[in-house]
Parts: sequence; structure tokens; C-alpha cells
Amino acid sequence: MSLRPTHEIHNRRFGRNLGLGLVLVAFVALVFGLTIVKVTGGDFQMPKAEELN
Amino acid sequence: MTDASIPTQATAGEAGFGDYFALLKPRVMALVVFTAFAGLLAAPGSVHPLVGFCAILFIAVGGGASGALNMWWDADIDRIMRRTRNRPIPSGRVQEGEALSLGLALSGFAVVMLALATNILAGALLAFTIFFYVVVYSMWLKRSTPQNIVIGGLAGAFPPLIGWVAVTGEMAMEPWLMVALTFMWTPPHFWALALFMRSDYDDAGVPMLTVTHGRRATRVHILVYTILLALLAVGMGFTSLGGPLYLSVAVVLNALFLLGAVRIWRRDETDAEADNFATERRFFRLSLLYLFLHFGAILAEAVLRPYGLGGWA
Repeated sequence: MSLRPTHEIHNRRFGRNLGLGLVLVAFVALVFGLTIVKVTGGDFQMPKAEELN
Repeated sequence: MTDASIPTQATAGEAGFGDYFALLKPRVMALVVFTAFAGLLAAPGSVHPLVGFCAILFIAVGGGASGALNMWWDADIDRIMRRTRNRPIPSGRVQEGEALSLGLALSGFAVVMLALATNILAGALLAFTIFFYVVVYSMWLKRSTPQNIVIGGLAGAFPPLIGWVAVTGEMAMEPWLMVALTFMWTPPHFWALALFMRSDYDDAGVPMLTVTHGRRATRVHILVYTILLALLAVGMGFTSLGGPLYLSVAVVLNALFLLGAVRIWRRDETDAEADNFATERRFFRLSLLYLFLHFGAILAEAVLRPYGLGGWA
């Protein structure tokens, strides 16, 4: 049995790949945003030199 | 291999993106998001909006992951019950192993990301919630005791606590009251469902109260739990979570809910069958509104508080 060039299964696969791609892009953007917030918010601030002494 | 050689049976079972999303039980996730958001906003202190968004997102993903694991474990009874027959696994769109892999991967991902985005305690609570729902409820209690949904309901009650801890990093009494509200709400909500979806649980051999102790006992249990729930819900109005708005909402809703429970208690099976369980169905629909409006009122009190309008002060 042959499949048409744009069989329904191709649409389903495309939808699945597109969905996963968008989720991954959103995750990268989220981690980037979270990193900026954490770094600028002082969560990972280095101790001041005078506090070390 | 070309497309021409793909056997038709394999293609028929190929899942779309929506099928994997359906494994995460989106409707349960919506409840998780809403109650966790209420806990997050009601907590003293504040977090950056993006951190708050991430906290809610990862709590929702964790809830969804436990839903996928629950569907993997319960695939055999989901095939029997009319209500669950069209879920991705029983309908053949997703393989059981795929659901297991997705559930495990998302569980680990959600816990680690929540801990990194907020704090370790919030991550640990999410891990415990997933464990409780999958192992304690799905694997152990659901098929062994009629108290399954009473104790298992605790897993669904945790999100507001996780939301609170994501902000404060520590426990307090108020989020536990929110946990108790959902915990006490779950039994009457599910028992009402069991009364009118009666053949489903019987056929699947799930020991719901309706099956093990009879339908009369279930009606009595609904009334008793509703009385206890009403006392708790109205009492919460006098804590720091409450205020005039919450108390007004709680008094009206609990009066309606109690009335519904009394009506269910007074009916017998002949009455119920005569009108196709209209009272039980109405009570079930009201229970959805009940929880939504209680947490909505907690949310409103928290949002209004900075403007001097929320709470009792």
C-alpha cells in the first residue's frame, strides 16, 4: 500500500515535531529569562571583599 | 525505509502532539495551576513575576507528569470504564511505554526545575506529591480500599502549599488550611460522581464506596464530609487568608453545598433513577464551582490586600 505525498500521517508527524520544537524553544527562552532574573536579582552575588576579610 | 513500506497498523497508532498533551490530564492541570496560583499570591512576600510564572508552570508540569504515570498504571481499568475509554492509551493512540517514559521524564524535569527556580523545599514537596499520587494513590490505595479517594485526594490538595513555599521557602499554617479545603472537598465531589457513573467503577472492580459499602452509606458519607468541609471553609474566613469577601462567598456556597448534600442524603435509589440522578449531577457541578470560587475568593483577598481592601485589617 502506498501513501499519498501528503498523507494524514505526515500532517500528524509535522504537528508533533512542530509542537516539540516550540516547547524546546520556549524552554530555552524560559531558562535564559530565569538566568537573567537570578543573576540580576542578587541570588548569585559574589561576597564583597571586605566581608571575606 | 520509504513511507510506502510503513504498515498500516503502525500508522493507525501513531500519536499526534495533542495525544501526548492529553496524557497530562489538562483539566486536572488547570485546577492545579489555579490553586497553586492562589497559594503563591496569598503567601507573604513576593517573587519576580518570571520566577512566579516558572513556579506555576513546573508545578503544572509535575501534576501533568503524575497524570501520565497514572494513565500508564491504570490503562487496564481505563479500557473498561466508559468515562476513560477514549483516553490516549486505551484508544491505542499512545503506547503504555511512551506514557511511562513521558511521565518519568517530566517528573524529574519538573522537580529539578522547580527546585532551581525557587527553592529545594518546593521541589521536594512536588516530588512528594507526584510520589503520593502515583505510588500511594494509583498503585496502592485505588484498588485496595474504599477510602482510596479520601487519602489519595491529598495529592491533589498539595499545589497551593507548593505555591506558598515557592515564595516563602518555609511552612506555615495557612497553606495547610488550603490543603485541607481541597482534601475535604475531594470525597463528596468524587462520591457524587460515583453515584451517577455507577456501572463504570463496578465494571472495573475499583472498590469505590458505592461498591463496597453500598449507595446508602455513600449518601451518608457525602453528608458527613460536606458538614465537616463547611465548618472548615467558613472557619477559614476568620484566618489571615480570609476577609469579608471570602467569608461572604464561603457562607453562600457552603449553604448551597450543604443543601445539596442533604437532598442527596434524603433520596433513595428509586428517586434517583426516576430523574436520572439529577440531584447528584447538580451537586457534582456545584462542587466544581465551589472549589473554583473558594480559591478565587482567597486570590481576590490576596490581590486586594496591598490596597487596604482585602483581609480583616
